[in-house]
Amino acid sequence: MTSLLKTAQAGTLESSDIMITLSPGSPGSGIVIELESIVMAQYGEDIRRALQDVVAEQGYTDLYIKALDRGALDCTIRARMMTALGRAGAVLKEAML
Amino acid sequence: MEVKLRRSMLFIPGNNPGMLQNGGVFGADSVILDLEDAVAPTEKDAARFLVANALRTVDYGCSEKVIRINPLDTFAAEDIRIIVPCRPDAILLPKVESADDIHKALAMIAAAEEINQTPVNIIALLETPRGIMEAYGIAKAHPRVVGLALGAEDYTASLGTNRTREGTEIFTARSMLINAAAAAEIQSIDTPYTDANDEDGLLMDTKLAKQLGFNGKLSINPRQIDMIHSVFNPSSSDVDWAEQVVYAIRKAQAEGSGVASLNGKMVDLPVVNRAERILYLARLLGLIEEGKE
Repeated sequence: MTSLLKTAQAGTLESSDIMITLSPGSPGSGIVIELESIVMAQYGEDIRRALQDVVAEQGYTDLYIKALDRGALDCTIRARMMTALGRAGAVLKEAML
Repeated sequence: MEVKLRRSMLFIPGNNPGMLQNGGVFGADSVILDLEDAVAPTEKDAARFLVANALRTVDYGCSEKVIRINPLDTFAAEDIRIIVPCRPDAILLPKVESADDIHKALAMIAAAEEINQTPVNIIALLETPRGIMEAYGIAKAHPRVVGLALGAEDYTASLGTNRTREGTEIFTARSMLINAAAAAEIQSIDTPYTDANDEDGLLMDTKLAKQLGFNGKLSINPRQIDMIHSVFNPSSSDVDWAEQVVYAIRKAQAEGSGVASLNGKMVDLPVVNRAERILYLARLLGLIEEGKE
């Protein structure tokens, strides 16, 4: 498992998008997700799972994720997460797209 | 005769999730998911991932999936590496100026394609005076080049003039591009009409494009699609005329002649070819019943 290098952000607050801010966590802290969503009741768990899946697929642990969701589809959530990871210094496995 | 309809090719900004996920509902013959001008330089990475995921998951219906990548001297290599394995139908390659540009792009595309992937075509966007001068060589560079498109904004900037509603400043570029594409037997796609609120201007510009010989038109707004289609679709009088031409030539052939007459006008092979193309398009669009002539 690898650590991120720096804090990074991706996405917007426009409708159908999600804004994700990533920060490196302290060793052993795991993946901490702070999520706000306009569809929290219906899809909150799905969004969390999508975020976690991308992080796990890319082999990262110990990071703090703040996500502000405006109704993004799964493909958008995954794309924004990949972008945020790349901007945070992650070496991406693009086959996971 | 197998023709892919490209009456309308609609640009969709590559970093806008809302528009990307709805791009298939407008009925455009092609959607162009745009990684170039519609995306800020600081957001190229984000758009690339978003478009890649959209290609894999969003249903674009009957619309052909085309990606406008960045120019060869900027982010093209990265765009191709990420996008091509997601199986777009074609790449719209901007600022093409030579056959060598096509070969460079094709080498990268071929390297990025997966085994058993349908080959990704190229539509070359000509946006400079040099690109226009080289149009035929570009069109003939490779069988995967299926169309030439005109980008008039950059072209007129290169000329040092400005765009007008009448488009007199791009008349030469349009004609040269159409001629090159026709000579190479590929399609020609006109520059977009950029004032989305000027419907009369769009109608005038699209009629001119069709009359000059373009096969379709780029579009920057979904509201333009219906009007563009209405111009490029064969009219009912076109279809009536074409059916009469085909009937007249068949009757003449049955009587041992290769030339017919319709309403006092000669009907020979070029006229028959034009009529058959109209009927083919009409059938493709469901404007006449299959097999009816």
